[in-house]
Amino acid sequence: MISVRSLCKRHGAREVLTGVTATVERGETIAIVGPSGGGKSTLLRCLNYLEGFDAGEIEIAGATLVPGLASADPVLRRLRSRVGMVFQQFNLFPHLTALGNITLAPRIVKRASRAAAEAAARALLARVGLADRAGSYPHELSGGQQQRVAIARALAQEPEVMLFDEPTSALDPEMRDDVMEVIRDLAKAGMTMLVVTHEMQFAHDIASRVWVIDRGTIAEDGPPAQVVDEPRTDVAREFFGRIRRTSP
Amino acid sequence: MTRLLALVPLGIAVLAGCSGEPVHGGTLAAIRQRGEITWGGDVQGGEPYVYEDPAQPNHVIGFEVDVMAGVARRLGVRARMVQYAWSNLVPSLERGDFDVIANGLEATDERRQRILLSEPYFVYAETLTVRTDSDIRSVFDLRGKRIGTLNQTYAYDILRMLYGDVAKVYEGNEEPYTDLELGRTDAVLLDNIIADRYGCTAQHPTLKCLPDDVARGTYVIGVRKADPELVQAIDAALASMRRDGELEQILRRFKLWDARQSAPPPSEGHANLARGFDGGLVLQFVAAAWVTLKLSVLAFLLAVPIGTLLAVARVYGAPPIAGAARLYIELFRGTPVLLQLFVLYYGLAPVVSLGPVEAAVLGLGLNYGAYEAEVYRGALLAIPRGQSEAARALGLGPIQTLRHVLLPQALRIALPPMTNDFVSLLKDSSLVSVITVIELTKRMTIAAVDMRGWLIPGMLCAALYLVLSFPLSELARRLERRLAHDQRPLAL
Repeated sequence: MISVRSLCKRHGAREVLTGVTATVERGETIAIVGPSGGGKSTLLRCLNYLEGFDAGEIEIAGATLVPGLASADPVLRRLRSRVGMVFQQFNLFPHLTALGNITLAPRIVKRASRAAAEAAARALLARVGLADRAGSYPHELSGGQQQRVAIARALAQEPEVMLFDEPTSALDPEMRDDVMEVIRDLAKAGMTMLVVTHEMQFAHDIASRVWVIDRGTIAEDGPPAQVVDEPRTDVAREFFGRIRRTSP
Repeated sequence: MTRLLALVPLGIAVLAGCSGEPVHGGTLAAIRQRGEITWGGDVQGGEPYVYEDPAQPNHVIGFEVDVMAGVARRLGVRARMVQYAWSNLVPSLERGDFDVIANGLEATDERRQRILLSEPYFVYAETLTVRTDSDIRSVFDLRGKRIGTLNQTYAYDILRMLYGDVAKVYEGNEEPYTDLELGRTDAVLLDNIIADRYGCTAQHPTLKCLPDDVARGTYVIGVRKADPELVQAIDAALASMRRDGELEQILRRFKLWDARQSAPPPSEGHANLARGFDGGLVLQFVAAAWVTLKLSVLAFLLAVPIGTLLAVARVYGAPPIAGAARLYIELFRGTPVLLQLFVLYYGLAPVVSLGPVEAAVLGLGLNYGAYEAEVYRGALLAIPRGQSEAARALGLGPIQTLRHVLLPQALRIALPPMTNDFVSLLKDSSLVSVITVIELTKRMTIAAVDMRGWLIPGMLCAALYLVLSFPLSELARRLERRLAHDQRPLAL
């Protein structure tokens, strides 16, 4: 489903990704963890080309990404209808209702009829537990509700892969569970997902594999039982040790 | 004198380069004691009246300078000209700022009720200018024709008396004849000094001045009511100048001498045209307000898409496109809209002959487009980056992202400054009177002269501007509330 080969990216003189190579099979859920500034979000954003890269190649959902694609390249249009993304800050469109947010891309990218797009959107809202909020504007929703609308918006494209960039970091603890629950359901349904997260419990319970990313590369890659419980590298040991000390 | 109030639209005292110490008026005795007679004039009236010597910019010349020098010599004193805006000469004389007025002051019944007038020193004639192929023979052939003149002139009064408010009113001496040549008008009625110098010249081979005078009038020297002995002394001096041929020499030197000067002076033909407040006046104001509204709305409808394109080009365009947009903005924002209107209407006339309303809409639209562009650019830059990332992640292309995500949000941000700009445009639209469109402000200045007062026309004008702008502000406020349903003021 996803194959990343020797991915390199620099911001000026600083190397952000230093030759990342990895594969993801269909139906896997990858938890991406690691110290901040290590390159987790950058890697995720390269996967749908929100950020370009300097060397290497990515194959994802049938599209091949190389350095230097133009923003209007048709490869990217195809890619983005197969790869959904959820942001830390939700990034809902404030001038549209929940329903408007979800139906926008199907209607103008996939040219779905209004009726079909709205029927699908209502089903998605029901799936994330917000059937009654179709007509609400983002500012009328709590953070957790906004993030669930954002997930529904990404799912409306019927993606093969979902990317989550710290989906619960901007939420109050009591709202995280609702969002987690939605992601857990997606995992059970067999969606291929990559989730940048700081939630160790979540990584442990849901992920099929955990990547520890540090200094621009995947330092450790394995099932959670191994990576979280018996880390082999110093960075993973230190990271999980600190997490364990700070979270109950 | 021809340009009158047009130069100082509100008639507020403008002391353009008044030289030296304050000048106190006085009687004939005071003048003799002082050894100097001061006289008020306005160099903006230009050649041949009183104007700055091209060779010596601080020195004034003109036939009235020479006439006053002759008068002063006969009184045994020197003459000194004092610069005042033409429209303020009479009140300034009454206040005592100088001794006499000698600057194209027409002898009229009305004026005679206010100040003393000397014998004439010049006889002018209202002259009709037409194209050489025209079948117009006299001022009585003008029904249904398009006629140009200057505002607040005797010619304007004659046309109003004969045909009502039909004249196309210009602000400068050259433009009426340019438009006549271009076929935008059928005839121009102005006094012979202007017609000879600007109309029937080698620059306009297709124009001719009809030989019959439409009317004649005289220029006289104005004196305060309290100084009858001064007006007698001036009359004696003028009679002496006429007898010994000095007046003729002066007029010949300025190519102003003609048979009219030796003919018996014309009677004072000005009927009292002062106008009262009536329903017709209100209708004219309402019609002018409609012109203002129409111009402003059309210009703004042009400015909004231009501004949007320019803003998008500046924010998202490749360097050459962004640079071109910036150049446009700097050019149109950095030069006066008045000049842009002139270029569009007169400058481009040989290439595309735009009607005055089209030129006005285009000029204001192009100009305001530059301002709107900066408003929209600011609005686009104020949208959080995550919005365009989310749109791109959903597979929207650049144009779709702009249209469905960024521009709707930019509109909410831009709406208050846009409302501001529209109200400002509503008032700026008064500038189009320079290209002969009569809108609300122009209607007010015309009515103020016709009614000999500013109060009623001014209040009517202000009321109509408010009637236009307030509902628009209200509409914008509602639209803003509807669009910006999630925007709450930040707590302090």
